[in-house]
Amino acid sequence: MENKYVEMDLNEEINSDKTENRFLEFWKLFRRKKPALYSLYFILLLLVLVVAGQYITPFDHSEPNYSNILSSPSWPHVFGTDEYGRDVLSRVIAGTKIALTVSISAVLIGAIAGTILGLVSGFFGKWIDKAIMRFCDILFAFPDLILAIGIVAILGPGLQNVIIAIAFFSVPSFARIVRSSTLEVKELLFVESAKSMGASKRRIVFKHIFPETIPVIIVYFTMNVGTAILSAASLSFLGLGAELSSPDWGAMLSMGRDYIGTSFHIVFFPGLMIFLTVLAFNILGDGLRDVLDPKTRD
Amino acid sequence: MEQLLKVSNLQTGFKNDREIQKVLHGIDLEVNKGEIVGLVGESGSGKSVTSLSIMQLLHGTPGKVLAGEINYKGVDLLSLKESEMRKYRGKELSMIFQEPMTSLNPVVKIGKQLTEIIMLHLKYSKKKAQGHAISMLESVGIPRAKDIMESYPHELSGGMLQRVMIAMQISCYPSLLIADEPTTALDVTIQAQILNLLKEIQETSNMGVLFITHDLGVVSEICDRVIVMYAGRIVEELSVDRLFEDASHPYTKGLIKSIPIIGQNKKKLFSIPGTVPSPRNMPKGCKFAPRCEFAMDICWQKEPALLDSNYGKSRCWLEAEDKEEAYDSKYSYRS
Amino acid sequence: MLQFTIKRLLSLLPLLLVVSFVVFMFIHFIPGDPARLMAGQDASLEEIEDARNALGLNDPILVQYTTYLSSLLQLELGESYRSGIPVIDLISDRIGPSLILTFLSILWALVIGILIGIISAVFRDKLPDRLGMLTAVSGISLPNFWLGLVCIQIFSVQLGWLPTGGVNDGLKSYILPSFALGAGIMAMIARFTRSSLVQTLKQDYIRTGRSKGLSSQSIIYGHALKNSLIPVITVAGLQFGFLLGGSVVVETVFSFPGLGQLLIDSISYRDYPVVQALILFFSVQFILVNLFVDILYSLFNPKIRYD
Repeated sequence: MENKYVEMDLNEEINSDKTENRFLEFWKLFRRKKPALYSLYFILLLLVLVVAGQYITPFDHSEPNYSNILSSPSWPHVFGTDEYGRDVLSRVIAGTKIALTVSISAVLIGAIAGTILGLVSGFFGKWIDKAIMRFCDILFAFPDLILAIGIVAILGPGLQNVIIAIAFFSVPSFARIVRSSTLEVKELLFVESAKSMGASKRRIVFKHIFPETIPVIIVYFTMNVGTAILSAASLSFLGLGAELSSPDWGAMLSMGRDYIGTSFHIVFFPGLMIFLTVLAFNILGDGLRDVLDPKTRD
Repeated sequence: MEQLLKVSNLQTGFKNDREIQKVLHGIDLEVNKGEIVGLVGESGSGKSVTSLSIMQLLHGTPGKVLAGEINYKGVDLLSLKESEMRKYRGKELSMIFQEPMTSLNPVVKIGKQLTEIIMLHLKYSKKKAQGHAISMLESVGIPRAKDIMESYPHELSGGMLQRVMIAMQISCYPSLLIADEPTTALDVTIQAQILNLLKEIQETSNMGVLFITHDLGVVSEICDRVIVMYAGRIVEELSVDRLFEDASHPYTKGLIKSIPIIGQNKKKLFSIPGTVPSPRNMPKGCKFAPRCEFAMDICWQKEPALLDSNYGKSRCWLEAEDKEEAYDSKYSYRS
Repeated sequence: MLQFTIKRLLSLLPLLLVVSFVVFMFIHFIPGDPARLMAGQDASLEEIEDARNALGLNDPILVQYTTYLSSLLQLELGESYRSGIPVIDLISDRIGPSLILTFLSILWALVIGILIGIISAVFRDKLPDRLGMLTAVSGISLPNFWLGLVCIQIFSVQLGWLPTGGVNDGLKSYILPSFALGAGIMAMIARFTRSSLVQTLKQDYIRTGRSKGLSSQSIIYGHALKNSLIPVITVAGLQFGFLLGGSVVVETVFSFPGLGQLLIDSISYRDYPVVQALILFFSVQFILVNLFVDILYSLFNPKIRYD
């Protein structure tokens, strides 16, 4: 298994057309994971909503209608209306954009920073490695959400600061995971041979080591987006994130909880949407892990 | 001689993805009371699968017995339900494994691992079982047996652990012991001690022993009879007394040549060129033909049958060259 | 054993120092002038200067840190800007319910999580496994505040069985909050227990157990479980941080008079001494729980203990 892996990469060096084969091979395996496949479809659908949501929502998500407040789900307001008479379905769709942009950009920032730290740490070792790992230990000493709350407390509420806070606590886990796979890859033959052929360090790191860590990063990225959506929604729910009047899922729950006894639908649907979205990312992450990183599968 | 175990036409396969890959192609062997039978072959020859099939310990592996009969004292073990088979394991047939370090549970005290089997099969009280366990440990030459009962496996050396393992597996007086490379993982000096111990136990208890090894040297020291396996088939069987003079199969001869002789400092040890073919790339005729220096045309065409030779049985065209019946229809349709 | 504990405790000291330093620096990162915040909106320049001196803000950072550390050790955490009550009093008033809540959450999460994990591993790839793992992945994906609200809607509003919040109904008040708080961690424990047990069942000593004629039950309960639960303890410890973060949210949902809600209230009133103290408290609690887990781990794992 391990050997085959090495062989494959040696071939890749010689013939870069193999990259396509590698993707096809991945897709062949992934396609069999039905739950993960459907999760991927669901996420793609959400991405369509992010781009085209504003054109297909039945109503304007921010337009109040005081003659029709807190009405239960019925036609044409399929998810009902909120305390200002705004259409909940339209707001949930509009919220997709906020949820996905916030979480994906936060994890992306965290992943980039963490990957660089992990590569540097794993490749150079010695004191740099020690320093980076100590830094991660310190970040790990704070519970994620508490750290995020602390950062937002300093920077003030708002989505931009939520992104910074989530990116911040994503860094150490990416750094660790990339570091450990860097260490593994470093031992493999082809890096040794690249070294002996006199390739520069930067070239070795980016041309040889980084590509090998990509599968692990993809798996981790997917799973972390799920967590990030939950964290962002939590912060918004606590009033530390999105404007409470905006169609953010967490903010909708925060506003809606006062009407819970009479109009449960205004908290039910946004919450359900958070749940389904996070579930999709988690199941997709599990499926990707099974295919891309089979070692860690039970 | 009283027959203990008779395995006939045992076929075991491994399930991968969608197909079943056969790894044992009809094994026939017997073990009598008071006899040590050596089962010899390189890794990949199927000797461990044979032992696990007999014990029906393929559970948790992709392996599955496909056909055959495993007759133990007149009972076909393959026809037993798992709950009935359990009463045989550890009581009638016991097994010791290659890696003593990993074959004992690291977080359970040695005493418990011993008394557990004793209480299960001999129905002793806890106290009586402990006494029995201590005397078993003493009988395999473990000093301070009482203290060892309270120890965890990692506190003992590999040789000690293999003694513990032996004590455990013979504690319920089994009639048949299967030893799967019991000395391979141990130091050379310890190997001899464990072999002597096994021989001694076998002589006093009159057990039958199926001794699995890749080392013909070990076989010549303790076994009475030897069965040589290659690529999931038996290729030769004969009495150990005749092994060095009368082995007829080129594979067996090759194995004999590769025994290191103590005191004789050859620079390079002989080894048979090549490796055991994988189940996916089996040659059509004799499975050993690609590595055999005597391979003839017929060897590539047809697989020979296991036929009586001068002092045993052999599966080789050299032996059976002109015997028409040597052509084994049993194998002709299997490629 | 004692030696091991002391050694682990000592090795934590540097981390505790750094964490306390980070939390100490917290007040310096806040935009705006802490002295002005403390002196109040309409304070004169003189009053602000007095406050600055009182806070020691004119001293070098390291001197300030030493002062902070020594007052920490005497449990002097300053006073709330908002109410003037010593922070330590605010915390000690609310620590009880919070600790009970986290304890109950982790308790049920461990029991149910381990149970689901075992069932899934034993019936690997069969229906119970699929159901168990579906429950688990759902548990990980559920927003705990939504779960809390759904529970309130069902059990408090519609059925009227349980209170909607507060802690005035004894144990009853804890049922829904600890359910909502524990669900995520239960799911993670279930997943980890399953994979740990599946791993264990592949080990050589399990085959030895079978060769002895032990039944599947004896093998799982007598041999596999202990081995596979030892790493589960560590994971539970690491997930404790998740629980602490979640408690802030769940306490808000249930208007629960605990530390989490105090934190959120204090942030909205910019009551920074309280925020600072609570962040330190949560982090130290997290570190100590993991120390405790390490000690437990060594208790169960004979190999670690002797090394």
